Amino acid sequence: MFGFSRAQTIAFVVMLVLIVVSPYVLYPVFLMRVLCAALFACAFNLMIGYVGLLSFGHAAFFGMGSYVAAWTMKVWHVDASIAVIFGALTGAVLGLVLGYLAIRRSGIYFAMITLALAQMVYFFCLEAPFTGGEDGIQQVPRGHLFGFIDLSNDMTMYWVVAAIFLGGFLLVHRIIHSPFGQVLKGIRENEPRATSLGYRTDDYKLIAFVLSCMIAGAAGGTKALVFGIATLTDVHYSTSGEVVLTTLLGGLGTVFGPAMGALVVTSMENYLAQFGAWVTVTQGVIFMICVLAFRRGIIGEIGAYLKISL
Amino acid sequence: MIMIFGIPGPLLFGQLLLGLINGAFYAMLSLGLAVIFGMLNIINFAHGALFMMGAFASWMLLDYAGIGYFPALILAPLLVGAFGIFLEKTIISRLYKLDHLYGLLLTFGLSLVIEGLFRNAYGSSGLPYRIPAILQGAFNLGFMYLPIYRGWVVVAALVVCISTWAIIEKTSLGATLRAATENAPLVQAFGVNVPRLITLTYGGGVALAAFAGVLAAPIYSVNPNMGTNFINTVFAVVVIGGMGSIMGSIVTGFGLGVVEGLCKVFYPQASATVVFVVMVIVLLTRPSGLFGKAA
Repeated sequence: MFGFSRAQTIAFVVMLVLIVVSPYVLYPVFLMRVLCAALFACAFNLMIGYVGLLSFGHAAFFGMGSYVAAWTMKVWHVDASIAVIFGALTGAVLGLVLGYLAIRRSGIYFAMITLALAQMVYFFCLEAPFTGGEDGIQQVPRGHLFGFIDLSNDMTMYWVVAAIFLGGFLLVHRIIHSPFGQVLKGIRENEPRATSLGYRTDDYKLIAFVLSCMIAGAAGGTKALVFGIATLTDVHYSTSGEVVLTTLLGGLGTVFGPAMGALVVTSMENYLAQFGAWVTVTQGVIFMICVLAFRRGIIGEIGAYLKISL
Repeated sequence: MIMIFGIPGPLLFGQLLLGLINGAFYAMLSLGLAVIFGMLNIINFAHGALFMMGAFASWMLLDYAGIGYFPALILAPLLVGAFGIFLEKTIISRLYKLDHLYGLLLTFGLSLVIEGLFRNAYGSSGLPYRIPAILQGAFNLGFMYLPIYRGWVVVAALVVCISTWAIIEKTSLGATLRAATENAPLVQAFGVNVPRLITLTYGGGVALAAFAGVLAAPIYSVNPNMGTNFINTVFAVVVIGGMGSIMGSIVTGFGLGVVEGLCKVFYPQASATVVFVVMVIVLLTRPSGLFGKAA
């Protein structure tokens, strides 16, 4: 099912067990933060790992998804599920517009263009009235899911977030292992050849980008739902940097890398939060170590050691 | 009072001057990025952090050693440039055989480390740096008051930009550099020490950023975030200009600064985003940039 190999099935079962057991051992709010970051990283990994395009502006989709979900819940009082869907749609629409511009260039220019476009979104959020500027949208009620499941309980909320994460995770996996995903990998390996075989590579890249942004928007919406807040930090470029770090550390182009990276990066932030700017320094050092000596990432290294693809 | 398009003249010229100053920084930073990219094939994400280090170096020279502005204008770029050479030798040179994106990621990590360390040591509130006495005050040009320091920044930036252009386009060293950019193994076969050339290019680009930092120190407060505030816009400038031409970077940098200044007069709400809007228009009409070669 979903194109898992045997090793991946085992790894998936391990991950499922961890997701089920961990809220009884660890603080659920922390775990929800990890799951949101993991979903965001899965979305980012779809672009860098399988299309080979480094988007340095994914915070725009995450952050706007978060703003729209928070706003619809607070002002329109919509159901939690609708809010997350609104978040995902926002990510997709914004991804369509910005992606249409960005895929005109590739490689290093793609990274710079996405960064610049995301910066434009950031300035928009800073000025636009509905985002609440520096204050953000605060005290968003969690409300009910499907009208009857009360989300104010952290454990209930946790299961919902876990379900959203698993849904997004399997969706990404399904996309990668579909014929569409094979074409994407073909484009990554040799774009002129894919073009000569008759594939409209720009269309494929754009669709992949929109899907990635949609999932990033859903991750942002879920985050707003969990913490009841949407702020400028979510659209800031440091958030884009963080998702790059998460995926790089876990392993670019691996199935389980983003989740592993999210666990490590979020724990690190949690423990280092009291030391102020040392979080940034540590993140920077990890970045440099990853690039210089550890390019396969945690999961990639484990996979290479066991000679399997995870 | 002179009115131009219904705008008071002094206001218009004042904003134009501010635009020119921002443009001077865009030009110096994007010029350094273009030179480094041409030679190393790396987008130096740490450029903003090194610009900030230049400003801090001048502040430290004054505060700890009593060395004033004009010596700092020479010393700070030398110090930061030497730091750049150290970085290139120890870290960046390991990446030349890899995908360009790894260079971007590494230098991004580097900028996080540098900025984080400075934030730990000096906080984020900013430190004042006084304009040197000789450059204080203002000229009356008749139609507006020109603060001397601001005029000085524009002139100094122009001189540095044009000299860089002249070195690269008009000297034999520049010719070697351009040849190495086109085909490094061939130039090496002629007996040129290309790795050293690469190291010096990086050092030079970094020194340029640090020089811009010293110029910026008296205008903006010296704080660890001053580089990042600039660098995102500078990336847009680089995309607009294309990295193919040195003169292109200079013209685009100054031009966009002016556009931003004008936007502050006529439609201030959009002034923060106007550079990005220009980028979108350029991407739609000339995807390879105004001065870029088609990829």
